[in-house]
Amino acid sequence: QDCTFFTRKEILRLHGRYYEMAPNVVPMDYTKDPDVKLPMQLIINMPELKENPFKERIVESFSEGGEGSLSFNDFVDMFSVLSEMAPRELKAIYAFKIYDFNTDNFICKSDLEQTLNKLTREELTAEEITLVCEKVIEEADMDGDGKLGFADFENMISKAPDFLSTFHIRI
Amino acid sequence: MSQPPSITLRVPEDTESNGQEPSPDSEGALHTSFQQLIQEQSSLMEASLKLEMQERGRETPAHLPPPDFCAIGSPGQGEQHLGYSSTSLQILATMPSRTIGRSRGAIISQFYNRTARLRHRSSRPPLHQLCRVARTSFWQYDLENDPDRATLEDKRRLLVKELLSLSPSQRSHMLLTVPLSLAEKHFLRQELSRQRGPLGQHTQHRTPSYPCGGSKDYIVLGLRCLWYRLLTLLPAAQPWHYSLKEISGRFGSSVLSYFVFLKTLLMFNIFPFLILLVFVVALQAAYPPASATPQPFTGLELLTGAGYFTHSLLYYGYYSNITLNDPCASSPNSSMCPLAAPWLPYNMSLAYVFSVGISFLVTCILLVYSMSRSFGESYRVGSSTGDVAVKVFCAWDFKVIQRHSVKLQCENIYTQLKVQQDQQARGSSQRQQEAILLVLPFVVSLLNVLMPHLYNLLALWEKQDLPVTQLYVAICRNLILKMAVLGLLCYQWLSRRVVCSTAECWETCVGQDLYRFVVMDFIFTLLDTLFGELVWRLILEKRLKRKQRPEFDIARNVLELIYGQTLTWLGVLFAPLLPAVQTLKLLLLFYIKKTSLMQNCQSPSKPWQASHMRLVFVSLLCFPCFLGAAVFLSYTIWSVRPSETCGPFQGLETIYKSGKTWVQVLEKSSPNITWFTWVHQHLVESPFLLFVVSAVLLAVIYFNIQVVRGQRRIICLLKEQIAKEGEDKIFLIQKLHSVYEYRERHA
Repeated sequence: QDCTFFTRKEILRLHGRYYEMAPNVVPMDYTKDPDVKLPMQLIINMPELKENPFKERIVESFSEGGEGSLSFNDFVDMFSVLSEMAPRELKAIYAFKIYDFNTDNFICKSDLEQTLNKLTREELTAEEITLVCEKVIEEADMDGDGKLGFADFENMISKAPDFLSTFHIRI
Repeated sequence: MSQPPSITLRVPEDTESNGQEPSPDSEGALHTSFQQLIQEQSSLMEASLKLEMQERGRETPAHLPPPDFCAIGSPGQGEQHLGYSSTSLQILATMPSRTIGRSRGAIISQFYNRTARLRHRSSRPPLHQLCRVARTSFWQYDLENDPDRATLEDKRRLLVKELLSLSPSQRSHMLLTVPLSLAEKHFLRQELSRQRGPLGQHTQHRTPSYPCGGSKDYIVLGLRCLWYRLLTLLPAAQPWHYSLKEISGRFGSSVLSYFVFLKTLLMFNIFPFLILLVFVVALQAAYPPASATPQPFTGLELLTGAGYFTHSLLYYGYYSNITLNDPCASSPNSSMCPLAAPWLPYNMSLAYVFSVGISFLVTCILLVYSMSRSFGESYRVGSSTGDVAVKVFCAWDFKVIQRHSVKLQCENIYTQLKVQQDQQARGSSQRQQEAILLVLPFVVSLLNVLMPHLYNLLALWEKQDLPVTQLYVAICRNLILKMAVLGLLCYQWLSRRVVCSTAECWETCVGQDLYRFVVMDFIFTLLDTLFGELVWRLILEKRLKRKQRPEFDIARNVLELIYGQTLTWLGVLFAPLLPAVQTLKLLLLFYIKKTSLMQNCQSPSKPWQASHMRLVFVSLLCFPCFLGAAVFLSYTIWSVRPSETCGPFQGLETIYKSGKTWVQVLEKSSPNITWFTWVHQHLVESPFLLFVVSAVLLAVIYFNIQVVRGQRRIICLLKEQIAKEGEDKIFLIQKLHSVYEYRERHA
């Protein structure tokens, strides 16, 4: 409870939500620290995540080993980082993980293309996508390696005061 | 784990490397040739992916995507240099930039160093240690412990040891911000509490929501615990949580900011209301003055505020100017008073003026604090707007969860990107008299409601380049209109040209006027919601057969809220219960606006920077409105003569004199506290203090401006440095590869 940004009441509420998703699997009693993980399919059907184009990436970034099933700890962790009270640096770290589709610790051009496709539901033409990707890399890449490292990403995020309010899911 | 290349590399003594040493003359050429190599390098780095993942052993190979070769630049350079030796790839894989957030060990050692630095650091860190940003990097200046060589367990131990030496608040802050999984944090916390010994056991027995450990920071943490518990108890916060979630789910952060602003204003009103209630209203209600008989209650009073309400707690005229619990003061034979002075004399006039003053002071502090917080969030040194990159990564509003709204958001982003691209390729008998009093507020509110719509039409005709400019222009116009109207009204009230129903008690008259304005404003907001949104939607759907619903005009609504709040602040001195009326009005407004929003509106199509707007709104609230109200209030207290026969300041020259007379009385009664009067005379009354305070304020502002300038310069320098470091890195990698190649060839 003191490792997240939630109060006791909110954590109990989160537990209720977690339980509702799979009542026959999730135990009500967590004092013995059971090892229960819900698969990704169940979690991305939550109303808060259902319509989000990045839902799979979000769930993968918070799961152990990156394969997408969340234990209750990971579940709470996810919503804690996405809550209002998480600081900017922490959100930036996880946002970087989310946008890094091929998990190579760099946001390269293919990651950008995938991001853009998800954002615009594939309505931009291929040339437009290429143009936008090049412009993004040109603007954000500072050390000249052609892709965005975490430092570049964070620098760019710091210029966007809206990041804190948009990277926020209410639960 | 990783070792700097200078240690493992056994550079052969022959002149192979010497030949490759760049001489100062050819360095320029060398640098330009590296630009090509950069592009080759980036494609090369993908090849080391597999090796890195195998080494880490955290990711299951089944889920690995095949190494993605990002071909940047011209396709002609697609030659993949896969022939580099495995050892150099191995070294590459352990580079700090690859290990961000991936390996637990990296994060732990980084945070170990962070906490160590936190302990050793003085108030301002020297320039070369300015990397306070959360980047996991192995390169540290502190090599004595060399955590790189330790295993995961050792790293954990080191981190726990460091955390123990911090204060509890810093410790909890560190725990909260470290990007590890929750299981890891649980483990760290258990380790911490275990190692803290008997003190740790004490905290384990309780189940606090936040760490409330025993140390000198206990008080701060304890207060914070209490505050959060109180917040959860607040019944008002709970139902609005779901409403706000609903609103944000359908309409996004921008519309949500209006409702959050409304909630903030509610808070701003509750404090003065409570202060006035406790110190002024309740006590006067307990000791009612023996004054004129009240008039019968008719329904019209709720609108006009006159009639029955004239001689009630709502207005200034009701309050007496005597010491309340002194029976001598109110009896007619004041000369023959056998009773002694009461134990706790409660002077109503003093209480009145101090309560109003304190409520304004509290509001001022709250406003300044809120403004500084939103300023900190929204202003960044050296930030520039309109970046495509920012738009790509920060445009998606994660709060929106309805399918239709999500689709709308996608379309919005698409439109924005396209627009930006196009721009680049080439922002009452007696009842009748009372009813007549409603005319002026009616006209003013009508003006306030109609003019913004006119401005919107004007904006359509003007066709600004950027939608942001359009928004700012609209806000400015509306603000000027409202300020002009309010300024004229203030002048009118102070010069007393209006004919009041009770000609002798002009403060009550002014209070009634303000009450009418507040009520009229509310009615007109309701009507505007009704006609602007409901009827307009019906017209659009039925008559014109368009699928579009009207948009929720955020700027106009927020300015209406600000206007209502300004009226309340202007009227606090004359009608102490006005904050209560405003609170009620805001509560009703929340539910009405929310219902109308859900039924009738669609999300806004123009881009909206929520946090920047929050700053704009709060500063609009503070600067013209609050300051204007404060100026009006100060002028009234200092210079205007209160009426002779009613209110707590009867017979005095100015309201301010009540404070002065009190000080004089104090001086006469107890000569021991002459220092207080001396302080009062020399500090509060003389203009000297004002000059000193202004000078200090100016100095502080100048200092901060210089600091900001210096920071901008540092940012430029750092950016240049980063670019140079990138080039250095490429150069070193190239060197490394060439050396290994040479060795292999000649092995």
